[in-house]
Amino acid sequence: MIEFSLWDILRNLLLALRWTAALSLVAFIGGGLTGALLLYARLAGGRVTDRLIGLYVQLFQGTPLLMQLFLAYFGIALFGIDVSAWTAAALALTLYTSAFLTEIWRGCVASVPKGQWEASSSLALSFVEQMRYVILPQATRVAIAPTVGFLVQVIKGTALASVIGFVELTKAGTMISNTTFKPFTVFGFVALLYFALCFPVSLTARYLERKTYGPRH
Amino acid sequence: MVPAIDNAPGSRLVVEITALRKSFGEVEVLKGIDLNVHQGEVIAIIGKSGSGKSTLLRCINGLETFDDGALRVDGKQLLHESPTAMRELRQHVGMIFQSFNLFPHLSVGRNVMLAPTLVKKRSKTEAAERARTLLERVGLADKFDAMPDQLSGGQQQRVAIARSLAMDPAVLLCDEITSALDPELVGEVLRVVELLAQEGMTLLMVTHEMNFARKVSDRVIFMHQGRVHEMGPPEELFGSPRTPELKQFLSSLHD
Amino acid sequence: MRIQLDFAAVLSQWPLLLNGIAWTIALTTVATLIGMLLGILCAQMRAKGPVAVRFGVGAYIELIRNTPFIVQLFFIFFGLPVAGVRLSPETAAFIAIVLNLGAYAAEIVRAGVEATPRGQIEAAVSLALTPFQVFTRVVLPPALKKVWPATVSQIVIVMLGSSVCGQISVPELSYAANLIQSNNFRAFESFIVAALLYLALSVVLRKFLNWAGPRLLFGR
Ligand SMILES: Nc1ncnc2c1ncn2[C@@H]1O[C@H](COP(=O)(O)OP(=O)(O)OP(=O)(O)O)[C@@H](O)[C@H]1O
Ligand SMILES: [Mg+2]
Repeated sequence: MIEFSLWDILRNLLLALRWTAALSLVAFIGGGLTGALLLYARLAGGRVTDRLIGLYVQLFQGTPLLMQLFLAYFGIALFGIDVSAWTAAALALTLYTSAFLTEIWRGCVASVPKGQWEASSSLALSFVEQMRYVILPQATRVAIAPTVGFLVQVIKGTALASVIGFVELTKAGTMISNTTFKPFTVFGFVALLYFALCFPVSLTARYLERKTYGPRH
Repeated sequence: MVPAIDNAPGSRLVVEITALRKSFGEVEVLKGIDLNVHQGEVIAIIGKSGSGKSTLLRCINGLETFDDGALRVDGKQLLHESPTAMRELRQHVGMIFQSFNLFPHLSVGRNVMLAPTLVKKRSKTEAAERARTLLERVGLADKFDAMPDQLSGGQQQRVAIARSLAMDPAVLLCDEITSALDPELVGEVLRVVELLAQEGMTLLMVTHEMNFARKVSDRVIFMHQGRVHEMGPPEELFGSPRTPELKQFLSSLHD
Repeated sequence: MRIQLDFAAVLSQWPLLLNGIAWTIALTTVATLIGMLLGILCAQMRAKGPVAVRFGVGAYIELIRNTPFIVQLFFIFFGLPVAGVRLSPETAAFIAIVLNLGAYAAEIVRAGVEATPRGQIEAAVSLALTPFQVFTRVVLPPALKKVWPATVSQIVIVMLGSSVCGQISVPELSYAANLIQSNNFRAFESFIVAALLYLALSVVLRKFLNWAGPRLLFGR
């Protein structure tokens, strides 16, 4: 049996942490882009589009991320495509993120007072101009803090990719713990690494929130 | 209806304040207050904003601690160190606030019943019966089951009065209880207070309603910069003020 | 290419699924009841306790909120036995889920408690209520009412998150689905059925909490 020193454990976990970060970024950026497209469709489209996207959101918010990962993994395989854990995880997390972000952003757009829509319409602005110059600038201000806050949920969500066999931080932790028989140390480290990744993001989100609404909120 | 207690002022001391001092940080807000309140006496406290009127009332029921001097209510020394003693004292001192402060999640009846059931361990039925009597007395017999946010400001303030009375206080402190009300609702609250005064309730009220103070109070206190600047019967204080500060204060009200 | 789906092979295992649902509900119920109490307690300790307690509670809340639930569960189930605490999967799951909701509830409750107008508290104090009575009778009910929507959302999130407990073989719903697919090799269908059951559970749970909250917790 190979002896693992504390440093060996930490080094291996840090290597795996890169994959957690990579998966988080892919999901966050991919989900952000998809979410923005969905938001546009929802605002520009008719009632049916709105309903459909609402359903999409409810499906992702009303089922466990774990099931979504399993479904992506086994669902793509149904089409005879040999799917890697990375692809399945990236796909599932991207869709998951897009559903949450599009809903967060819709709330931010809705928080822009009705009078702003009416005023900009009365100036004969087109829909795109209205969005570009009046609504989005105001909505963005409100949206930044919750968006950054949701990044924490995405990072934590990537831990579930371990369950379909993608070797990120949590999976690496399980593997190392199985070979070293030091689960207390290993999972302690794993937790601290997630904390080191997430806590600064949480603090940033809180700081931004205070900046948006002022100190008393 | 509670029978009117006929007690000539001068019988028994309900509140005794001697050399009371209170500072907020560096600023001394009360600079040695001496005041005795007799049972059944109605006292109006007037004075400019910031003269320490609220602070004085809040000291009497222990919402603020004071730095120096002594304060007795119903013969008992006020001891901040003992929470039990403070709660005992507060059972004898009712307070009504400018902003009503009804509990929004409780119906009107339950607002009135809460303290008697929790503090005095009255039974629900007994407390409810008493609450109905008190609500009737403030003219709100039909609002027992209403929620506070369904009432007007004047009605809410009358519920707050009933809520205080439910603890059978020896003295009732009122801090500008009509200041948050629309003008047309002031009268209904003042009428209740007047009724209490006639029934012999000991009242200590900060007010900006000079006509009311003149009509109901036995004694008026003019506070100025943390001191009792002038004190006397209303006719005297309003009719022939002695100090320039009071003259100026009274004339400023007519503008 | 034709994809053939066979849901009958999954649905015929309904006793397993039913048992899974029962476990999911049990986990959620315990998390809600004890987790909310823990959250209220922590919110108060963080606001009013001595400095050391405030720091300790703050550290607990931030640690839980900034690490994945699965890692918390693994740490408790795999890690603690090394430190001498041997737990059954079910016990470990109950502990993990309570600690998890407790941390989120603490933050939610704190926001509600902080929003209490000072006058409400002063009115209660001058009616001679004890500090405990002031908190439970005057501060808490409106605070909970105010933050109930956020609380409901968090409880639903915890219910969905409880699917992770299957990973340490707690026989909840996702575990049942896993068991079924390992027997009949109908993985996709199993997880579709499980996902739909979760969806139904989340809708019902939300409805139930929105109904029960006003009635049981803050009157009307
Ligand atoms: N909690 C506090 N902290 C610091 N200063 C305070 C506090 N409460 C009152 N003060 C100060 O004490 C002084 C007296 O305040 P107080 O509220 O007793 O005046 P008041 O006579 O009731 O005035 P008003 O007519 O405006 O109600 C004011 O200068 C006020 O700024
Ligand atoms: Mg005042």
